[in-house]
Amino acid sequence: MIQLDQLSKRYGALQALDGVSLNVPAGCLYGLLGPNGAGKTTCLRILCTLLAPDTGSVQIAGIDALVDPRAAREQLGYVAQEVAIDKILSGRELLQLQASLYHLDAATSRRRIAELTELLGMGEWLDRRCGTYSGGMRRRLDLASGLLHSPAVLVLDEPTVGLDIESRAALWQVLQQLRDDGTTILLSSHYLEEVDALADRLAILDGGRVIAEGSPESLKRDLGGDRVTLRVREFATPQEAQQAQSVLQQLDGVRQVVINRAQGHAINLVVEGEGAALLDRLRQQLEEASVPVFSLAQSRPSLDDVYLQATGRTLMDAELASVSSRDPKAEKKQAMR
Amino acid sequence: MTVAPAAQLSQETLALTKRLFVQLQRRPSTLVAGVLQPLIWLVLFGALFANAPDGLIPGGVSYGRFLGAGVIVFTAFSAALNAGLPVMFDREFGFLNRLLVAPLRSRYSIVLASVLYITSLSLVQSLAIMAAAWGLGYGWPGGAGLLVVLLTLLLLVAAVTALSLGLAFALPGHIELIAVIFVANLPLLFASTALAPISFMPAWLGWLAALNPLTFAIEPIRAAYLGQFSLNAVVLEAPYGSLTAAQCLSALLILSAALFVSIRPLLDRKLS
Repeated sequence: MIQLDQLSKRYGALQALDGVSLNVPAGCLYGLLGPNGAGKTTCLRILCTLLAPDTGSVQIAGIDALVDPRAAREQLGYVAQEVAIDKILSGRELLQLQASLYHLDAATSRRRIAELTELLGMGEWLDRRCGTYSGGMRRRLDLASGLLHSPAVLVLDEPTVGLDIESRAALWQVLQQLRDDGTTILLSSHYLEEVDALADRLAILDGGRVIAEGSPESLKRDLGGDRVTLRVREFATPQEAQQAQSVLQQLDGVRQVVINRAQGHAINLVVEGEGAALLDRLRQQLEEASVPVFSLAQSRPSLDDVYLQATGRTLMDAELASVSSRDPKAEKKQAMR
Repeated sequence: MTVAPAAQLSQETLALTKRLFVQLQRRPSTLVAGVLQPLIWLVLFGALFANAPDGLIPGGVSYGRFLGAGVIVFTAFSAALNAGLPVMFDREFGFLNRLLVAPLRSRYSIVLASVLYITSLSLVQSLAIMAAAWGLGYGWPGGAGLLVVLLTLLLLVAAVTALSLGLAFALPGHIELIAVIFVANLPLLFASTALAPISFMPAWLGWLAALNPLTFAIEPIRAAYLGQFSLNAVVLEAPYGSLTAAQCLSALLILSAALFVSIRPLLDRKLS
């Protein structure tokens, strides 16, 4: 349904996308996971014909989006990260405007607005001015306007950022229902649980490249081995963690040791083998090596581990690293046409 | 389910224009300010020169009558100069992206909606000022004269709208746009024949005024107000020669066309 082939995009000195290729089959809920600054928004903007790539091609429902963007747009509904609404219009008026931009006739417009109002629970808010809406309601309005023309493909850029838990759960439910009804959905997120819960398939984007791709289950399964998180102290110092790391790296059956700076320098281990015996054995080894243990936890591989394996750091680490390097002014300039 | 291709352009343009009018309806300060400011000028300046000696103005008209045309053009000009503001805000706050993601038949419908909106607004405001001028005893252009006034205003509004839209896409933000509008507004007015005839001005200012598009709009309107309007009558005595009404209007037409043509590459780049 969606084919992105070798997309590249450069902003001055920054290579935002570097040869990104994705294939989203029809009826799939596809997740694009990555920290801020990974290139997710750039990728989605190119997909939605807001931006032209430097190289690469975009195919939507068989249409070459670079050759016939207008036809591609008819197949797409886009729910952007910054909800751009017109504060002075009512929700209904905004949807009516949207319907006209998508050339729906009056009857269809009325019907779709009624259907979506029902589906998204917008009822009494529809005729109030958009400026009075809460964040969750704005997001619902944006979703409604993306769905008005019953697109084959729905693209969402970080749709649950800033939403409370209930709104988020409600949105997840709507997306799953849409997918069940046949809409192809591409969703970008930096929330692991969101992608894990929703996505049929996912791709991990980091530094403008696709680092891993597959279904959540297969990606986790392919990692093999269990995950162990060791806390030397509740909040360890870097030195303590490094000491523990060097000891652990010598141990039998320990395949990878990564220090998670974002979580009080806890140590994430990839260990061979699975099951209850693993922890006991490890505890014994740690005792023998005189490594203090505040907590030791074991789990099956999670998406965080997939990310860790693919990029060498946890998602939260990457998020933190990106916070300092982000330039809000430059980002705003990129978003402005 | 969807509208026929031919009608799509009008559907999207009308929807976008309607949005601008709804905004105006709920926030009428633009309309009110756009009439109130020129009205104050008309009343105050008229009062200021009420006791001016007879015959001060060439042609023997009272200053109020002389000023009327100037303020009418000023009204239309100010309104059109603000044409770019809604577009600039849409650019800045991401609403333009929403429009660009939609399968518009032509992305120029965005521009066209602005043009339709501002043209209507300018004409309504100008008519309001014309009504005020009539109320103050400064006359009303008879018959064909009214058509001339409206045509002239349309041409000027077209030119200035093109300029404002170009600025809206070229400048980085609304602060810069408002600054440019602010700086351009009054000097252009003063360097025209809105407030005083060229004969009052020193040579350098006279040249500026004679090259100012506002002057090309003001003089035909003044002539229309005097009645017995003729396209071939000289309306402007410029340092470089005399211009007939027809020549003034042609100049405005050429200017409009030139401005629209020159902003086209910019619009193409920003809207594609």
